[in-house]
Amino acid sequence: MSDTKPQKHLPLEALHEDANARFGTFAGWRMPLTYPAGVMKEHLHTRESAGLFDISHMQLFEVEGAGAADFLSRACPLDAAALKPGQSKYTVLLNENAGIIDDLIVTRLGESRFMVVANAGNANKDEAHFRAIATAFKVSLTPLERVLVALQGPEAEAAMIAAGLDLSDLTFMTGTEPRAGWFAARSGYTGEDGFEIALPLDEAERFVRTLLDDERVQWVGLAARDSLRLEAGLCLHGQDLDEDTDPASAAILWAVPKALRAEGKFIGAQALQEIIADGASEKRVGLKPEGRQPVRAGAPLINEAGEMVGRVTSGGFGPSAGHPVAMGYVAKSLSEPGTRLYTEVRGNRIALDVHPLPFTPQRYKKG
Amino acid sequence: MSQTYFTEDHEWIKVENGVATVGITDYAQEQLGDLVFVELPESGATLSKGDTAVVVESVKAASDVYAPADGEVAEVNDALTGDPALVNSAPTGDGWLWKMKLTDESQLEGLMDEAAYKASIA
Repeated sequence: MSDTKPQKHLPLEALHEDANARFGTFAGWRMPLTYPAGVMKEHLHTRESAGLFDISHMQLFEVEGAGAADFLSRACPLDAAALKPGQSKYTVLLNENAGIIDDLIVTRLGESRFMVVANAGNANKDEAHFRAIATAFKVSLTPLERVLVALQGPEAEAAMIAAGLDLSDLTFMTGTEPRAGWFAARSGYTGEDGFEIALPLDEAERFVRTLLDDERVQWVGLAARDSLRLEAGLCLHGQDLDEDTDPASAAILWAVPKALRAEGKFIGAQALQEIIADGASEKRVGLKPEGRQPVRAGAPLINEAGEMVGRVTSGGFGPSAGHPVAMGYVAKSLSEPGTRLYTEVRGNRIALDVHPLPFTPQRYKKG
Repeated sequence: MSQTYFTEDHEWIKVENGVATVGITDYAQEQLGDLVFVELPESGATLSKGDTAVVVESVKAASDVYAPADGEVAEVNDALTGDPALVNSAPTGDGWLWKMKLTDESQLEGLMDEAAYKASIA
């Protein structure tokens, strides 16, 4: 993840240059951060119409073979065999201590074939981890070279149909292969209805240009992706999740099927059982700072007496919420919505209230 | 008679009758993106050249604005408290940040004029 490595370039970089994107480095990739409209308008456009995100920095893995389901159920707290074809599931890769190596989306494509979408910054680590586990299973793991774009917002379905790709049969967290070499899922990371589409490099530019010809569709950069996901209460690995946090503390235990919490055979199962039995000592919560001053990642959370009781892991301004928004970890006893906490920004004490997540209503198409 | 000077850190400082108005340039506001919060100094505060006088916060990040010369804060732009985006829409007009009484006008001699500043960002 070091910035000293040669930068990796998006296959569609020229399109972003044409759109006058401002670039920055993220997880080793030269990524469009904003376009001339600016982060505020890009954010609001996504919630009102359809935002197009180039997320080709994320890594797809095809998992195939007679042992594919067993392999995934060992690598993740997931009952892969119980997934219906076309069903997607948010899950995690855990270490032996139940620390989160990465968060992933796994989609079952066939009897013995799955698609895994991993985070950019963790792709190499994930692959090594997967390969070490795979030796015990009849399975092949293939990193795919694809352009990956997300179209998010209330007009996403209509714009996709207008571009010649009718995905209206999909509901939230289902996926399909609409064309040879293509993968599409009704998922995303903004809290809006929308799709993530992986497509071959040589077909991507034409399809993306077709999408952009639609006035409802507009490029949205990494900056607004971050404010959208934060308003939606979604975690960013490396910030809100890491190898020192477990699914119970991170408040994503919903991603671990109940049956597996007691008797799962996944890596980290024993540690997770112990954490659940003892009760996680801290919990991830939403935080609403009082006033207009944004509170950023890394800010300490303190109580009235000035004692450290937690930390902010993501924070900024929520353009749709209209106020600063943040997430962080606090002692379990302070995790109830409405609990008053404080932080300090440049010597000024700022009050924050624990706030239910998400900050903006989710608008997934649940079918 | 007034003159506007520019710093390498993208502040502008306009001096009229011994009082200087300070803001950030159009180039700077564009680089920063949509501002959502501006932390202004207290009236009466003493600033030394190079001190952080103001912090401007965009959706993503906080950035410092430095005092371009020594002086005392005479007035701050309270309109920014309710509408920080004024800095984006009118960085050299209604989006000014603070006014200060300069204690050493000779410090301005080291700053750029508009032509030099424009050349520096070209």
